[in-house]
Amino acid sequence: MTRDEITAGLAEILEEVAGVSPDDVAEEKSFTDDLDVDSLSMVEVVVAAEEKFGVKIPDNDVQNLKTVGDAVAYIAAQS
Amino acid sequence: MSRPDVVVTGLGATTPLGGDVASTWDAMLAGRSGVGPLTQEWAGQLPVRIAAQLAVEPTEKLDRVKLRRLDRSEAIALIAAHEAWADAGLADSPPEPERIAVSVGSGIGGAQTLLAQDDILEASGPRRVSPHTVPMLMPNGPAAWVGLELGAQAGVHSVASACATGAEAIALGLDLIRSGRADVVLAGGTEAVIHPLPIAGFASMRAMSTRNDDPERASRPWDKDRDGFVLGEGAGAVVLERADHAAARGARVYARLAGAALTSDGYDIVQPHPEGRGVIRAINMAIADAGIDRADIVHVNAHATSTPVGDIAEIAALRSALGNHPVLTATKSMTGHLLGAAGALESIATILAIRDGVIPPTINLDDPDDALDLDVAAHKARHMEVPAALNNGFGFGGHNAVLVFARA
Repeated sequence: MTRDEITAGLAEILEEVAGVSPDDVAEEKSFTDDLDVDSLSMVEVVVAAEEKFGVKIPDNDVQNLKTVGDAVAYIAAQS
Repeated sequence: MSRPDVVVTGLGATTPLGGDVASTWDAMLAGRSGVGPLTQEWAGQLPVRIAAQLAVEPTEKLDRVKLRRLDRSEAIALIAAHEAWADAGLADSPPEPERIAVSVGSGIGGAQTLLAQDDILEASGPRRVSPHTVPMLMPNGPAAWVGLELGAQAGVHSVASACATGAEAIALGLDLIRSGRADVVLAGGTEAVIHPLPIAGFASMRAMSTRNDDPERASRPWDKDRDGFVLGEGAGAVVLERADHAAARGARVYARLAGAALTSDGYDIVQPHPEGRGVIRAINMAIADAGIDRADIVHVNAHATSTPVGDIAEIAALRSALGNHPVLTATKSMTGHLLGAAGALESIATILAIRDGVIPPTINLDDPDDALDLDVAAHKARHMEVPAALNNGFGFGGHNAVLVFARA
């Protein structure tokens, strides 16, 4: 799966969970500061991403996923 | 310092009769029933297959993403609260946050969330349980959300006294203003438990009407053929305000919340006291608290839920405490029983009866119980001057709440 495909998949999740417009989703965007995803919604995003991409994202690693790009890289490394 | 007067300056509701106060009031005065068949698949197995469901779904007022993190009872509490807040003219010029309090309760709370998330837990495991589960099901959730959105910082309170909740929440609001802890209180109740488990539970108590083939005639307070209450869902909210605070900003005043009283039966967990002692005491205390002449209380919006025992116990208590002169109504004949929201919605009906000089009807009272010896606005709305009126709310647990509203 390419980075663009993962970004597109995350954008779908972010729209569903947090109402983020897919147009706003880009690798440099911060989940909390730019996309307004709060901590509880981030949990939902992570669980949905695990399911969608068939990966595991332990809670300890979630705190390191500050930007969409961080998440894309993390998922790409596992898939 | 003398005790401040408290007035009602805003109303909000979403009910089985309408998505706001105006449409609900119009439907009430027209004597329309909000009860209908439950067509969901799960209803087929239940002994009770009727309910008074919301006329307007929350999805028409709140966006999808916001609704993901709100229990239905929280969503409708917010809808009612925002309507009341705007109606009071406070949405554009809010008071000092530290002078705003919230008193919003629910009879049962976030049961739909609890049950839905339990289904997810069973089917998909703990990781799939929503992180919003706890704030959605906690009983203070509706009050907390309303407080958050209105910016209330003088305290957010969540009363729970079963079917007395809405009335008790308003009584608490009165106390908050009288005690000087707030200038403005958003008070009310909310309930959304049209789900097979609560219905099965109430049905197992034999508390609900099983008139499944005739939903609109199922809720029939004081009628000989009544066979239990009809479950309803909805929310009601009132803005209570210190009278001088309302006057200073030139607010429109609907009525005065002149007095309130709360008592407990200390008798049985679900049965009302057979002589209505706790109710009589609450009515007497509320009237004394209001300092209003008993003769001026010409109307009572009764608790009357359409159960065989409760309806008549209330009549005996009303006759004993007030005499024969008040004109009664039971708006649950149209709305069904909104449990924790009932007292809030019925307070709104009482307030509008005072404002408009019209008492909404009690529908389905075709063959009055022999023990009903008080005047009821049966079938049709009754036009008359209403200088002051009572709203009664009683709940499982022996809670009795009585509110006295009067012309401002």
